[in-house]
Amino acid sequence: MKETVLKVENLSKLYRLGEIGTGTLSHDLNRFWARVRGKEDPYSLVGQVNDRTSEAKQDYVWALKDNNFEVKQGEVLGIIGKNGAGKSTLLKLISQITSPTEGSIKAKGRIASLLEVGTGMHPEMTARENIYLNGAILGMSKKEISSKFDEIIEFAGCKLYMDTPLKRFSSGMRVRLGFAVAAFLEPEILIVDEVLAVGDAEFQKKAIGKMKDVSRGGGRTVLFVSHNMSSVKSLCSRAIVLEHGQIRFDGEVNEAIHRYLTEGSVDGVYEYKEFSGDDKNTSNEFVQINSIGIKAVGKHYGEPMNINNELSLVIDYTKKLSDVRLDTTIQIKGEGGNYLLASGSGSIDDMDNTTQTGRIRHQVILPSNFFNASSFYVNLLVNQNRKKINLRVDDILKFDILPKETALGQYMGKSQVPLRPEFKWTYAQTDELT
Amino acid sequence: MENVKCIFENKNMGKGLNKIESWDVVIKPKSSWFKLNLRELIRYYDLLVMFIKRDIVTVYKQTVLGPLWYFIQPILTTAVYILVFGKIAGMSTDGLPKPVFYLCGIIIWNYFSECFIKTSDTFLTNQNIFGKIYFPRLIVPISKVVSGLIKFCIQFILFLGFYLYYMFQEGYSYGPTWYLVLLPVLLVLMGMVGLGFGLLFTSLTSKYRDFKFLIQFGVQLVMYASPIIYPLGSLEDGSTLKTVISLNPLSHIIEYFKYAFLGKAEIIDWGIWYSGLFTILVLFIGIIVFNRTEKNFVDTI
Repeated sequence: MKETVLKVENLSKLYRLGEIGTGTLSHDLNRFWARVRGKEDPYSLVGQVNDRTSEAKQDYVWALKDNNFEVKQGEVLGIIGKNGAGKSTLLKLISQITSPTEGSIKAKGRIASLLEVGTGMHPEMTARENIYLNGAILGMSKKEISSKFDEIIEFAGCKLYMDTPLKRFSSGMRVRLGFAVAAFLEPEILIVDEVLAVGDAEFQKKAIGKMKDVSRGGGRTVLFVSHNMSSVKSLCSRAIVLEHGQIRFDGEVNEAIHRYLTEGSVDGVYEYKEFSGDDKNTSNEFVQINSIGIKAVGKHYGEPMNINNELSLVIDYTKKLSDVRLDTTIQIKGEGGNYLLASGSGSIDDMDNTTQTGRIRHQVILPSNFFNASSFYVNLLVNQNRKKINLRVDDILKFDILPKETALGQYMGKSQVPLRPEFKWTYAQTDELT
Repeated sequence: MENVKCIFENKNMGKGLNKIESWDVVIKPKSSWFKLNLRELIRYYDLLVMFIKRDIVTVYKQTVLGPLWYFIQPILTTAVYILVFGKIAGMSTDGLPKPVFYLCGIIIWNYFSECFIKTSDTFLTNQNIFGKIYFPRLIVPISKVVSGLIKFCIQFILFLGFYLYYMFQEGYSYGPTWYLVLLPVLLVLMGMVGLGFGLLFTSLTSKYRDFKFLIQFGVQLVMYASPIIYPLGSLEDGSTLKTVISLNPLSHIIEYFKYAFLGKAEIIDWGIWYSGLFTILVLFIGIIVFNRTEKNFVDTI
């Protein structure tokens, strides 16, 4: 059995909401007075759950609350969650940038964090000097850097510019240089936060490959935070899903991605959702989404949808503006979060209700024998006058397509390609066979 | 019955203790009051060197005169002091050549103010780096003190030039004294008192920016409360003014420094001990406050 190298226990972090002003001075004094008397922090009791959409009721919020997990040696743990779920706070705590309010983190070996590439690089210094500077900031000794110097330059691919000040570099080149230094870091635990989002495709591939090597060959542990489900999937074996500052799921990566993308669904029926006007995610001053659903034509919501079923996707919304044309667009993504297609009602030439307000229903029929047996995710966009986007709801809907003639719940297999349309194939013999 | 149970539990606890694994890093909400992890600081020695190099190399990049600015600034300041305090106000320089007298005070004062001002905005200027990566935060202020010392050494060469030039001029008689052996002690004290105050102020500024304004004119005020532009001996003995200025721990370091080179200054025997104790106290408090601040300053800055 592999050794546990990172252990997180009851980890919580309290943040203050709002600005620092005169109020905080009195809070500081109160807190100090409480500590002098040996009492508990008077403000820790009142923190509210970290839900960014709800109204601020108290001055303090728990960015993280009572989180426990362990990571074994050589494991690549993905951390996923929506914006503001506490991912970055968690990484900051583990990389010792800020300290927890409660709980503890225990680790074996050096921890190095890559929350940003090229931290501390100075624009006036040359690339060579910056490699040494950045390496030192990351905790490498001069000797270590010197021994890997040639490899670093080669990885970054900027031998030509070695003695050029960094300020003359393009932003992409700076990232390459920064990542190259970090890639040759040899900590026991490496923490990576979406730094791969920059840089060209070739470099991203290189970077992901390097991270895989680090964990497999070197037996090092990697904690990886990303919104890009395909890189999480290709890199991680296990993932945790953070929601409102708490771990909602901890386990196999595909299952975790599934949980993340279907967050907030009720009763396991993902194919139909209703929304109230209070939900700020699905309504604003222009439009309010009432419901969205997908089903096989001739069946009910929640019944299995097969490859050979024609699908009907219905969006019901309330239009709050008169004299504008509102259109809905759907984007469909595959299991890994890759975009597959987009289609919108903008293709309707005459829409006669543009002057009125009220409830509108858009329906789109998706052809049969088009999707493969897999899971799909829908983004919904509402456009005004076919130009401006008024509302965007990511992952509003999730649906599964089953192979032909399979009852609900039986299909467990994985597909290789998300789309398998039945195009028109013909054949003709072009050669005389003997 | 209960006793038996207790023993049983204790046995289990004993086993548990044996199993407790050794962790290299333990992150907890609270730590001891005074934590100076010297081993960690030594491990990051290379980073210290890189920071010092960065400070020295990058300051005058893309300037025509480059490192000459290290000389120009004290020369111009000296010229202004000669004009304003020497000529217009007619203040005494203890019978010493004006350029030597003022320059002597200016370089030691510059060293202090460099150490203090540069370390006092550690958190503000480094919040980007500190917010992204961990290394012992104390490395940054220490590097500022060392680069301050290097800057002092460069300006010291300038001082030596004037010092030797006027020594062989007619009408002046001054020279070094045995107090010169105290020079390293004086420089360490000056740097450490600057560091101590700097650590204290950077911690305060990280949450309350009010202190930033205080620092700006505070340094100016303290300079006038130190014997830089006047000899301590020129003040009337027993006057309140003299008492106040003698209570300024910087005064003694400056007077000892002047005495070591010029042989003319008012040095008090307990002065250096007073300054030394004060320095240790300020540095101690500074490190405590700095340690407490560095843990969470990212959230409040």
